[in-house]
Amino acid sequence: MSTPSLFERRFWKDLPPGGIIPEPGTSVRYRTGDWRTRRPVIDEQKCTNCLLCWIYCPDAAIEQTPKKVRVNYEYCKGCGICANECPVKAITMVMEAI
Amino acid sequence: MGEVRGLTGDEAVAYAVKQCDVDVVSAYPITPQTIIVERFSEYVANGEVKTEFICVESEHSAMSACIGASLTGARTFTATCSQGLALMHEMLYIASSLRLPIVMAVANRALSAPLNIHGDHSDMMGSRDCGWVQIYAENVQEVYDWIIQAFRLAEDPELSMPVAVNLDGFTITHCMEGVEVLDDETVAKFLPPRKPLYTLDPSKPITVGAWATPEYYMDLKRQEAFALESAKGKLLEVTREYARFSGRKYGILESYGMEDAEAAVLCLGSTAGTVRAMAKELRAKGEKVGTVKLWLYRPFPMEELIEALRGVKALVVMDKACSFGAPYGPLCSDVLATFQRFGLRIPTMNAIYGLGGRDVRPMDLSFIFNEALKIAKTGEVSKPMIFLGVRE
Repeated sequence: MSTPSLFERRFWKDLPPGGIIPEPGTSVRYRTGDWRTRRPVIDEQKCTNCLLCWIYCPDAAIEQTPKKVRVNYEYCKGCGICANECPVKAITMVMEAI
Repeated sequence: MGEVRGLTGDEAVAYAVKQCDVDVVSAYPITPQTIIVERFSEYVANGEVKTEFICVESEHSAMSACIGASLTGARTFTATCSQGLALMHEMLYIASSLRLPIVMAVANRALSAPLNIHGDHSDMMGSRDCGWVQIYAENVQEVYDWIIQAFRLAEDPELSMPVAVNLDGFTITHCMEGVEVLDDETVAKFLPPRKPLYTLDPSKPITVGAWATPEYYMDLKRQEAFALESAKGKLLEVTREYARFSGRKYGILESYGMEDAEAAVLCLGSTAGTVRAMAKELRAKGEKVGTVKLWLYRPFPMEELIEALRGVKALVVMDKACSFGAPYGPLCSDVLATFQRFGLRIPTMNAIYGLGGRDVRPMDLSFIFNEALKIAKTGEVSKPMIFLGVRE
């Protein structure tokens, strides 16, 4: 599509009329991580890789790696459910810098 | 001169909509709009139109159905008034912010309570900030002409905005006049098929009505405000073009006697006819009075209004609606804000009149003009706002 993507449009005159999103599948590019006020930080020493946080995360922002889980901060909204569910208290919620 | 038909305001709307080859009509009946949808459903039943008529259980659904239909690229119409328009309220904003060129006839009627079916502008004024282009017609001929022009205006590819055409309940909706109508071919030539800004098309998916963060919402509202402002220029183009097809020239407002008027009366809709007749009588007696009627109420035609009123020493603004608790009625508030914006000071009185169909007689308007002339002479506005004709 020749017009710039919605996420590159900056000024009000450049936004698509009617506020429509003129192309499909754009939520992949919508970084919801900037909603976050506190970020989950995983202590890899304590983590047992039980994957409860991976199951509970409502945004699928916990990712599995060959070793242990990690947080995808581009999509993590900072709800804190992972920290609450972690059975070994390996996740702490840390205030984002302003 | 074209064919002349005897039509009531409601019938003129239905006939104009029929000629505009509308794809979808969705409406719910409410007095005094009912005859619009009755007549139109007869056209559908008789096979005189190809329109799909969607019967719904409420006005909220009627506007929702129109929004859905318009999104697919269909030319869409509805009609309502009073409680029906109030019930549609939230959907009106969705139609305008999605930039859908729906045309709606509003058969202006009072709002309850107490229950009243007669004409005033409380319904449309209650939704005046809904982002629709708002036009007020004075008589049946104007209603017919404005409905046709409304589709062309709404569907202008650069504008793409919904348009409400207001006609006073009973005074226009139920009164029969000789109306000069265009033939179907002329209307078809004036009103080419709609070219939508965007459409719902499964082969080219888009998202409509998405959630917008504060980062985007406000910029989209700025864009909407800009789009609505541009309707004024587009309206002038459409009326010029319509004059070529019909021989009848419309515009943003209509003035009478304003070349030398010292005292003026401003109003919307059917009252303008009586006001003009009274002004004629007074001018014949040598009084320097004039009248201004707005066809276009939203976007508010500030520059044109200033141009029309610049020379007067006194103004009475007539409001057929009460904005409870506000300093003035809605029209007068807009007028005075415009004066302020342009640095103009014209002593102005506001007359709230005609609520719930209260008749406006020549003697009432004679009183209004006398007040205006008194203000012009003294420069003093002793009563900033009056309720015309109430028993004190």
